[in-house]
Amino acid sequence: MRPFSYLQASDEGVAVATVAENPSASFVAGGTEMLNWMKDGIEEPDLLVDVNALPFKDVEARGHSVRIGAMCRMSDVASEPAVREAYPALAEALEASASPQLRNMATIGGNLLQRTRCPYFRETSFPCNKRSPGSGCSALAGEHRMHAILGASDACVAVHPSDLAVALVALDAVVHTRGAGGERTIPIDDFYLLPGSAPERETVLQHGELIVGVEVPASPFAARSRYLKIRERASYEFALVSTAVAIELVDGTVSSARVALGGVAPKPWRARGAEEHLLGDRLDAAAIAAAGAVAVRGARPLRDNAFKVRLAERAVVRALSEIGGAA
Amino acid sequence: MSTTSGSAHTGTDGGVGAPIDRVDGRQKVTGAARYSADHVLEGLVHAVLVQSTIASGRIARLDASGAEASPGVLDVITHLNAPELPTTRTMSSGGFALQAVTPLQDDRIRHAGENVALVVAETLEQAQHAARLIRVEYDERSPRTELREHGEQVPRFVLSDYLEQAYPPQGVFGDSPDHTRGDPEGGLLEAEVRVDETYTTPIEHHNPMEPAATIAVWQDDGALTVYETTQGVTTTRMALAQALGLPRRKVRVISRFLGGGFGCKGPYWPHTTLAAVAARRVARPVKLVLTRAQMYTSVGYRPETVQRVRLGARQDGILTATIHHSTSTGSEAGELPEPAAEMTKMLYSCPNLETRHRLVKLNMGVPSFMRAPGEASGSFALESTLDELAYELGMDPIRLRLRNYAEAEPDSGKPWSSKALRACYEEGAERFGWEQRNPEPRSMRDGRWLVGWGMATAAYSSASLPAMARVRILSNGRAVAQSGTQDLGTGTYTVMAQVASDTLGLPPDRITFELGDTTLPFALMSVSSSTARSVGPAVRAAAEAAKRKALKLAVRDRKSPLYGAKPEAVGAAEGELFLKADPSRRDTYAAILSRRKMDKVEARRITGLLEALHGIVPAMLPSVPGGLLRAATSPFAGKHSTYDFGAQYVEVRVDPDLGIVRLSRALGVFDIGTVLNPKTARSQAIGGITWGLGMALLEQSPVHAMSGKFVSPNLSGYLVPTNADVPAIDAFFVGKPDPHANPLGVKGVGELPIVGVAAAIANAVYHATGKRIRDLPITPEKLL
Repeated sequence: MRPFSYLQASDEGVAVATVAENPSASFVAGGTEMLNWMKDGIEEPDLLVDVNALPFKDVEARGHSVRIGAMCRMSDVASEPAVREAYPALAEALEASASPQLRNMATIGGNLLQRTRCPYFRETSFPCNKRSPGSGCSALAGEHRMHAILGASDACVAVHPSDLAVALVALDAVVHTRGAGGERTIPIDDFYLLPGSAPERETVLQHGELIVGVEVPASPFAARSRYLKIRERASYEFALVSTAVAIELVDGTVSSARVALGGVAPKPWRARGAEEHLLGDRLDAAAIAAAGAVAVRGARPLRDNAFKVRLAERAVVRALSEIGGAA
Repeated sequence: MSTTSGSAHTGTDGGVGAPIDRVDGRQKVTGAARYSADHVLEGLVHAVLVQSTIASGRIARLDASGAEASPGVLDVITHLNAPELPTTRTMSSGGFALQAVTPLQDDRIRHAGENVALVVAETLEQAQHAARLIRVEYDERSPRTELREHGEQVPRFVLSDYLEQAYPPQGVFGDSPDHTRGDPEGGLLEAEVRVDETYTTPIEHHNPMEPAATIAVWQDDGALTVYETTQGVTTTRMALAQALGLPRRKVRVISRFLGGGFGCKGPYWPHTTLAAVAARRVARPVKLVLTRAQMYTSVGYRPETVQRVRLGARQDGILTATIHHSTSTGSEAGELPEPAAEMTKMLYSCPNLETRHRLVKLNMGVPSFMRAPGEASGSFALESTLDELAYELGMDPIRLRLRNYAEAEPDSGKPWSSKALRACYEEGAERFGWEQRNPEPRSMRDGRWLVGWGMATAAYSSASLPAMARVRILSNGRAVAQSGTQDLGTGTYTVMAQVASDTLGLPPDRITFELGDTTLPFALMSVSSSTARSVGPAVRAAAEAAKRKALKLAVRDRKSPLYGAKPEAVGAAEGELFLKADPSRRDTYAAILSRRKMDKVEARRITGLLEALHGIVPAMLPSVPGGLLRAATSPFAGKHSTYDFGAQYVEVRVDPDLGIVRLSRALGVFDIGTVLNPKTARSQAIGGITWGLGMALLEQSPVHAMSGKFVSPNLSGYLVPTNADVPAIDAFFVGKPDPHANPLGVKGVGELPIVGVAAAIANAVYHATGKRIRDLPITPEKLL
């Protein structure tokens, strides 16, 4: 590990200004990702600004929304009654993440900024366009059964690993940030970027811009939401495929629908086509099956991950069936 | 819950057969147990290894100047400045290394992760940072993992693509690579039903919780002490002395606690040499701990196998032919074929048999022994094929196995020293409820889950190795037993105290067992499930001799209540010696010694030499890989053939839409001879079954063909079971003390419980789904 300086910030303005003015400074919160990157040589910051003492630590239920401070620990948010009742998919996604020890340390803001588990990104002796732009993508022709089937490019086929972000995308969350230029509110679907030819750029955050919270609107569909994670190991594993679905039924027909997929794309993948397909119909087996097929329309699997297309489709079908009471 | 019918429990509480707690449990949970890397030594400095990022080629340029100038750095050792070292002797030439690589002697790179430099600094962080500053440029050659076909790159390494390049290895654990009994092709022709299938198993890693670690300390007199994570202090001492060109008496090796070995800490590895070299150069104690990623490139792995199994049978299930061919991944850095077809020779009675082992030489590190080497991979193929045959015949798979039950060792015709396999099948079937199984695939459900039941046979040839022990009875009423063996976390400390306890008639808490130090009486490696059956008899013999010495003092001492008694007439229990005919006449060790003003009596005994002699002679012949490990087993010696046996029963649940398999029940019944301690034996059994679950459903280590590197050298990408994956597992022991294996009647329990688990699970998956998966692990895409 390279020697670095460490600063404990007690004021958000100072924290933001300090990182913004130093191109090789980074924030650190729970440290469950940053420390791995530093040990593995993926990131080598000169200065770490510790934001754990900043006051964004509350979950505030405001009736029309819930606002979750960026420094809240994943385990605390998952056990918050206001979250569990009105946003079940959020609690389920958090509880399906990582391990209890990691959830006790990792923050909500940090979770959104975790980086891909692509082994070629994590092991620095492999070429990787995301870690080392222009060096090439080792996964494209290499080991890629875990990689993207949607939204990828020739430069990068890695998937985003967050469970929470998938649920947030389905529930129309916004990300509140503070940077040198002031505060911003960014819809989470716009927060993440597709790789295109610049896979090193993963979000719209500017250098020195700090996530201070996420806000999720309350809605009938959020209250009827579900997160389903499919993985080989029963716990402590990233998703092979996951889905967050949310439905509002009025008189037996779907009046609102949300479908998002995880583990299939470089960002949490909102399946708007599937949502539109469900609207106005009864949530019966035929409608669910059709929505599943639409959710993966346009998928471009790699040599060894075609199974994920079918798996993602079936995950959507399973989650919608469960939420609709059909399974 | 465990039955203990295999025990030989005698009078003293806590003796052999008693399920006592680990004697070192408290030390471990309080952190008092010092593992190899935990030793605190004055002036200790830290070493970090730098390994090659290519798999084949040469180092074109190596610039260590940045590292050398980095704060705290004491030394940077590379091939440019390393001392000339004797060629490290491998197992095929009488040594204990698998890697035929003497470290840092040239610029050649044979596999990814070959050691290219060692950085020594005052602190670990300084050494880690400096290691990053070393610049290595390579002349890279296309590695022999990258098959080019039709001018096209095949980017994914799959052994099946390389079978044409396979060659016969010099030997397979001391046996010939090819073996024939009767007329196998004729037996196939004669068959009424035939099965011919190919099974594949991936590369797997040992992943002990404790990484490999060395602390090397030189004394002023030129003697070297090494705290080493080794499964064999004696062999490490011999290997290290040879690697450094030192006389053996100048080397002491200590390994008091191990956080798991599973075979990867058995052989001698080159990084140990480097730690000792570094300590000599900087004249300070040097600690080297491998990183988790380095554990994937430095201490071997279970190689990939492709196994073709052909079975021929009559309609009544009698086997007419068994043909098992196995090819495994090999290395340019050493030769170790996976002996996957070895168990096939002895498991079933079949007049016509052929086994064959082949290797494909690649730019990969040399594989190593890994828990149940051969049997774990081989039983997946053989026991899956048996299940396929059972379906072809419409016969219950247990019945098919009983039809072909080997009443004697099929090749030699020797009787088994003991074999309770029939009881394993029967007790397992009864406890599992096997008779309620509807054999029809997809016939059992639980909601949306398909339920499947599967079974398989387990067998393992555990080794008997020579061992020496010393037992010292002290005047304070305690005793010390010693042997230079190891405790891999399996319970050696505990069971050896129990063995001594029984013989001395002292409770185990009054006995201290000392191990893991070359200053103790010698024992060999803790490999091939050998420790209990090799060291136990030595401890017992030494305890018996020490007790006789004490007794002799008593019967000659007029002040002793035992005065004049015949030694045979005296019993020992609960810390006292007593006349069997008149138990009111009793004496204690403390009193016997105190009256004579002696502080101790002691005795030393060696056992297993005679048995080993038959094996050691072939082992000493050059070019017999692993000879010493396996050749000393009883099949070579004596009139009997000794194996550990068992039967595995599992239940799986499969979500047919999502391809997810979960193990919901597992039950193993084992014949390991005498059960020294049902609690530690049960831990071994459930650990082995859990690993079998990992092998069946999770574990694989893909190789990036173009670079010859492991893709995920970490526990994030390499999946081992978590608690949530593991259901309640039952383990039962039905064997009786083996009258021929050794005086304790002990066989082996270390490897046996993993054997057959992957096949039992694959068989259960077939029963659940109707899909036969012949390629491990059974991941969702194979079931969708």
